[in-house]
Amino acid sequence: MYDYSDFDDAFVRARVAQFAGQVARRLDGSLTEEEFRPLRLMNGLYLQLHAYMLRVAIPYGTLNPRQMRQLGMIADRWDKGYGHFTTRQNIQFNWPKLEDVPAILSALADVGMHAIQTSGNCVRNVTADHFAGAAADEIEDPRPVAELLRQWSTDHPEFQFLPRKFKIAVTGSPHDRAVTRAHDIGLRMLRNAAGEPGFEVIVGGGLGRTPMIGHKVRAFLPKADLLPYVEAILSVYNMLGRRDNKYKARIKITVHETGVEEMTRLIEDRFAQIRPQFVGHDQALLAEIEAAFAPPAFRDAPTGVYDAFRAADPLFRAWADTNLALHRNPQYAIVTVSLKAHGETPGDATGDQMRLLADLAERYGHSELRISHEQNVILPHVHKSDLPAVHAALVQARLGTANVGLISDIIACPGMDYCALATARSIPVAQDIARHFDALKLEHDIGPLKIKISGCINACGHHHVGHIGILGLDRAGVENYQITLGGDGTETAVIGERAGPGFAYDQILPAIGRIITAYLAIRQSPHETFLETFRRTGMGPFKAALYPDEGAQDAA
Amino acid sequence: MKGRFTPKVVTANDLRLGDVVYLTPDDRWSRLHREAELITDEAAAELRLHFAAAQKLTVVGVCLADARPGPDGPEPVHFREAFRARGPSNYPHGKQADLT
Repeated sequence: MYDYSDFDDAFVRARVAQFAGQVARRLDGSLTEEEFRPLRLMNGLYLQLHAYMLRVAIPYGTLNPRQMRQLGMIADRWDKGYGHFTTRQNIQFNWPKLEDVPAILSALADVGMHAIQTSGNCVRNVTADHFAGAAADEIEDPRPVAELLRQWSTDHPEFQFLPRKFKIAVTGSPHDRAVTRAHDIGLRMLRNAAGEPGFEVIVGGGLGRTPMIGHKVRAFLPKADLLPYVEAILSVYNMLGRRDNKYKARIKITVHETGVEEMTRLIEDRFAQIRPQFVGHDQALLAEIEAAFAPPAFRDAPTGVYDAFRAADPLFRAWADTNLALHRNPQYAIVTVSLKAHGETPGDATGDQMRLLADLAERYGHSELRISHEQNVILPHVHKSDLPAVHAALVQARLGTANVGLISDIIACPGMDYCALATARSIPVAQDIARHFDALKLEHDIGPLKIKISGCINACGHHHVGHIGILGLDRAGVENYQITLGGDGTETAVIGERAGPGFAYDQILPAIGRIITAYLAIRQSPHETFLETFRRTGMGPFKAALYPDEGAQDAA
Repeated sequence: MKGRFTPKVVTANDLRLGDVVYLTPDDRWSRLHREAELITDEAAAELRLHFAAAQKLTVVGVCLADARPGPDGPEPVHFREAFRARGPSNYPHGKQADLT
């Protein structure tokens, strides 16, 4: 993976020193809160409900074991022994003290990490497919491109004060695991007729208050044109994007108000103008970065142990069936470590768990770790013969839950348990659903199902693209939960459809129960997934299950 | 026509810790909601808010929050304030652990 150059290291350390001075001046009164707030936000430091929160970027979700150990150390030393992995491949610490933050940032700099541009109206952490560099269906590892974008966008003078925040996601596979269609810019790699790799460029996707699926502005962009093209998009947005209304400032609204055709024309014009200025430095840099992402030296060894364990141990088999994905090397597997043990907080890992994951990555995983937007940890390169040992170690640390892609593998934002913007809680709703279906031992029978929960309309929990989406709201001083159905965050992305009136906090679990009962009753076979069933039947049977009294009233 | 004034407390976050604090009748900042001054008059609420907001080296995010009298002192009205007064529901962290 990419290691910081001397330039990166000096830049990050200079920012840490600068912020240490700013904190000192805030504490001695030289800076007012109004002056300090934008400075702390530029360094990822928020003030939440109960405490400060530090949001640390994990560029394209990639970590090495040293970084993971350092995150664990920070959790133990300056927080309450855990960290929260988010849907943007960041980690958030929920309890830092203001005066400790410079020391935390310094500890992050020691391992080539920082919290820069994790807030504010700039290009945020560039996210990528969490199976990058490992997936069997991948055309090319998307991370070199993501790293190029990170270097280009960090402290880019033209794009520090955009109309609003800006999120870019990249996938190197035709199968979209990075939700590219719900980002300001989504880049999906594909090949043209000549077999050359390039990108489908999607602009103007986003969830939040006004959910929109992005529009294709270029069906095929050659790789060499990527940086000038992304710069062209940002330039057009920087000029046209609305600064008069925060709620209309994202590029999705710019695209909506300008029209896709006109927006495309403006981007192409700007691209034609700036393309000649890119004379190859970016490509030379990309080539250097690509070399840093060379695949590991895969082992060539028998995999018989894996087959034997799989046949003999039902617990191992259940885990292997749900938590492993196809690796491009048939002797290897991609391991998704679930951070969704039933009843635990989605996305949380303790310092001990982080250290264990770092050890496992070092011993069995070619020293690579990934964080997924689905709030799990990935060991992308594990030889199949090592899987029984990895599984045994994970089980010991309560990390062996066999539920990836199932009903208890829930995305949940921090919600009103932590977030100052939230209008209702998310985490306990996720905990209740997971516990309930685990107690019924139903989740493997229910099969693939993505539940995503947000505690406010900003939709950090991606509820619009959940097969079942749950949105927590404040209705006259009481928590109320709206359900959407049929959402999809992959290459066939769809915004979910609202089922009807919301449910009270204590009614949301029974409501989810009725949806699942309806699904199990109407699916054509155990192989028809929830999403397939919904697409076949539409909202009708689910609405009837959710609101049985309404049907009775209509009949009366 | 103005509605009847809902009683309020002055609340904020501690500058150094971020912890939720409440202004008491004797001008202290308490971590306990029940020790807050329950203000029943709108003009008094404005005065206390200005008094609190001037303490820029102690607190941030000073605001008024609805409250009501209870047996042990003021209680939060809205569930958001109840969470602020207690801590998160997924772990025994924050006030519920630190102050019991």
